[in-house]
Amino acid sequence: MIELQGLTKRYGDKTAVDDLTFTVRPGVVTGFLGPNGAGKSTTMRMMLDLDNPTSGSIRIDGKHYRELHEPLKHIGALLEAKAIHGGRTAYNHLLCLAQSNRIPARRVDEVLEIVGLAPVAKKRSKGFSLGMGQRLGIAAALLGDPEILMFDEPVNGLDPEGIHWIRNLMKGLAAQGRTIFVSSHLMSEMALTAEHLIVIGRGKLMADTTMADFIAENSRSYVRVRTPEPEKFKDALAAASIIAVIDDEGAFEIEGAESAKIGELAARNQLVLHELSPQQASLEQAFMQLTAESVEYHAGGPAAEAGEAAAPAPQWGAAWNTHTGKEA
Amino acid sequence: MAATTAVLQSEWTKVRTVRSTVWTLASAAVLTIVISGLFCLLFRTQWDTIEEGARAQFDATSQSLSGLFLGQLALITFGVLIISSEYSTGMIRASLSAVPQRATFYLSKVAVAAGITFVLGVIVSFISFFIGQAILGGDLDTSISDPGVLRAVFGAGLYMTLMVLFAVGVATMLRSPMVSLGILIPFFFLISGILSAVPGAKDVARYFPDQAGSKIMRATIAPDDPAPYSAWGGLGIMALWVIVALIGGYVLLKKRDA
Amino acid sequence: MIEAVGLTKTYGSKTAVYNLSFQVRPGMVTGFLGPNGSGKSTTMRMILGLDTPTAGRVTVGGQPFRQLPNAPRRVGALLDAKAVHGGRSARHHLLCLAQLSGIPARRVDEVLGVVGLQEVAGRRSKGFSLGMGQRLGIAAALLGDPEVLLFDEPVNGLDPEGIHWVRHLMRKLASEGRTVFVSSHLMSEMALTADHLIVIGRGQLLADMSVKDFIAGNSTGFAMVRTPDVAADREKLTKALTDAGAQVQQEQDGALRVTGLELPRISDLAHEAAVRLWELSPHQASLEEAYMRLTNGAVDYRSTADPRQGLQQPAGAPAPGGWGMPQQAPWPQPVPQQQPYGYGYGQPQQHPQQPPVQAYAPPVNPYTQPAAPAAPAAPSAPQPTEPVEDAR
Repeated sequence: MIELQGLTKRYGDKTAVDDLTFTVRPGVVTGFLGPNGAGKSTTMRMMLDLDNPTSGSIRIDGKHYRELHEPLKHIGALLEAKAIHGGRTAYNHLLCLAQSNRIPARRVDEVLEIVGLAPVAKKRSKGFSLGMGQRLGIAAALLGDPEILMFDEPVNGLDPEGIHWIRNLMKGLAAQGRTIFVSSHLMSEMALTAEHLIVIGRGKLMADTTMADFIAENSRSYVRVRTPEPEKFKDALAAASIIAVIDDEGAFEIEGAESAKIGELAARNQLVLHELSPQQASLEQAFMQLTAESVEYHAGGPAAEAGEAAAPAPQWGAAWNTHTGKEA
Repeated sequence: MAATTAVLQSEWTKVRTVRSTVWTLASAAVLTIVISGLFCLLFRTQWDTIEEGARAQFDATSQSLSGLFLGQLALITFGVLIISSEYSTGMIRASLSAVPQRATFYLSKVAVAAGITFVLGVIVSFISFFIGQAILGGDLDTSISDPGVLRAVFGAGLYMTLMVLFAVGVATMLRSPMVSLGILIPFFFLISGILSAVPGAKDVARYFPDQAGSKIMRATIAPDDPAPYSAWGGLGIMALWVIVALIGGYVLLKKRDA
Repeated sequence: MIEAVGLTKTYGSKTAVYNLSFQVRPGMVTGFLGPNGSGKSTTMRMILGLDTPTAGRVTVGGQPFRQLPNAPRRVGALLDAKAVHGGRSARHHLLCLAQLSGIPARRVDEVLGVVGLQEVAGRRSKGFSLGMGQRLGIAAALLGDPEVLLFDEPVNGLDPEGIHWVRHLMRKLASEGRTVFVSSHLMSEMALTADHLIVIGRGQLLADMSVKDFIAGNSTGFAMVRTPDVAADREKLTKALTDAGAQVQQEQDGALRVTGLELPRISDLAHEAAVRLWELSPHQASLEEAYMRLTNGAVDYRSTADPRQGLQQPAGAPAPGGWGMPQQAPWPQPVPQQQPYGYGYGQPQQHPQQPPVQAYAPPVNPYTQPAAPAAPAAPSAPQPTEPVEDAR
């Protein structure tokens, strides 16, 4: 369990993290989302006591990070792939981390095996690809078999098999009751991995909710119906005063009614349905909508400017408003 | 609190598992011994042509340790890399996540650096001394049992240790290996030496860590030595520099975001 | 149009790419997939004339890249995001490239605008984040307004907005009739971007087909069926569906996952059984699932070569399982040989002693990790009670 209380970080007059309060709970994978520059990395570094908060506090299982006995046994983190001395071998890199927390050297071989780096354990990490560096970072996080794990962009540089593996690793660890906190820019990946979401924008907390609620709250959901008897169905809907839109393929899109209710309606009217599926927007759409709103809300100035200037493409960094979740 | 012995062991592993340790320490040893030997050979062959003043300054012990002037540059590199490579590679974040107690982390690093250099330094000093005396030969050489000689040879080992610790402290403050080496190497290789020869600056340069500290390596103090401190006093001045650098490093390490 | 015919590249005794033949057509986004070390980068480098094929040829618009007149105006590529002199500003970097290929300086500001870097155009690229470097690389690719574009992992380092933007940029370029060839490891991203796929493994072509066909051909979709929350209804329907030849699995929340029947048929069966339906939704398998199936299939024929490898590399022997290894567990459709494909950091290099003909053919995998070693202290991995849902 990680608890943040009023966490704030200022650099000069810039506020990178602004009064963040949230709790990362065990047993689920918690996704940590936000645009570039939202303060995700700063927050994660403060969680590991690498950066000092300007104010506020962080508790790891109720303790300050510095009070932890052998912290690697409580919390493991993958911050950036290559926090590694390139001249040291993968094995020795892990060994010196292990020794500092009195983790037996045997465990180093184990984690190397787990991440699939055992065959290159004695190679200097200088020659490692991004994906291999990532695996080494994951190995370091697993070293102390900690109850809390943090991953910053874990799939960076991994190939599809590696992505699949890390996703299932994280889910498996959460299923064991561990606390898993993952930041990523890949919404589609997050949608598959995380159950709970913490979203920040401009250093402020914007959402702390389950994945399902987040998507439901921040996007349009509807029920899609296909039937061989569209006219009869239309009448039935009208009789029940349910409004429907018909899409290009002739399917009904119904907002504001649950699929169960429509199923019952069809049954009462002896209607054959070929599809009755609740549709949800993607996490990306929900995320874009939420962050777009926040930028408009927090900063009126650059919004108008960007809208004008960004004819072919959005302005860098300030362009949340030009793309809302338009995508189908 | 991560156990200090565990952190010491970890720091020892860090030092022994990178190549830069081997090559910096090896070149420090080789440079010191070989250059010292060459200077001894030079003095022995040129003794007759050396003018009286210089002869009066001659100290067989410090002569056989004179290669340290170059050897210390390799030691400084070692001291700088031991800490700044953590920053330049990003390893510092992994290290501090594992050992969040900055004092334990820093002191362990300093202790490992000091331990290694002290052992190596004493060994190199004695080797350099004995080889130097052998080259100087019967007329010029001195014996380890002569007054002040053991102190000087042993002191050379201490000098090397303090020099490495000074580099560690400065590099902790500066973080970047390039900046640290770019300041330390020219300073000790050129600037300190030049300033100590300039009349006006001489009196200040005398208190520079290398100038003050190197006095320990003379077995006999020349009668006209202007420095107002003893051999041990000089080493003490150097130690003060080191303490200031190390404290500066610690304060910044503790205060700064990693 | 990019066309490869019998393209082969060997480095000494290692074969990186073997006898690849494919076409990348204009007007669509073609995804280029394959595990690490499968030869994707080598292929892209050969397309761009950076590497010379050992055998075969690859042409862009009918000519090898090096013989293309005015190549920078015809082909744009993003290969390595940070192939930029860090001391130069973004604008100067692009200006140098523009001048080399006779592109007017005006165009530099245009592409800077397209990628959204105009505000930092004067800053030295040393201080750029990975995402900004990526945008600069994309700007360079667009500089000559080329009809053929190659992107290698374009979304690396971009944030959600940037990913969204790149996806739309690629689709737009394709809709303008350009040839867009994109490699990526992100299957979910590819599923949203690409129309067509070329999949390689061990340097050989595994698939060359539309995304739709690829998913349909390499995985099975299913229907999610929900009935009123009455056990009797559920059982009745399950029986009717099973009798009709479907496979029915009950999910934790009571929904039924039905494989092997079309939706209208399920609807009819429910009707006959007098079970009302609360949900009847089609679920397509994910591209990832299809991809893993395909590459897993490729691993399956490793058995022919395996024994010899075992002798050559005893060090790679697996240890018995134990610690937390979800990686061995939850793949939905159990395939007999559950070898995750390619813990492969360029495996071919690992076998310099191997004759070249062996290097590419059987997927030999020294990095394979069938299971993790046992750690007595650690809790054993829970066996998932049900397959992890990979389709969204």
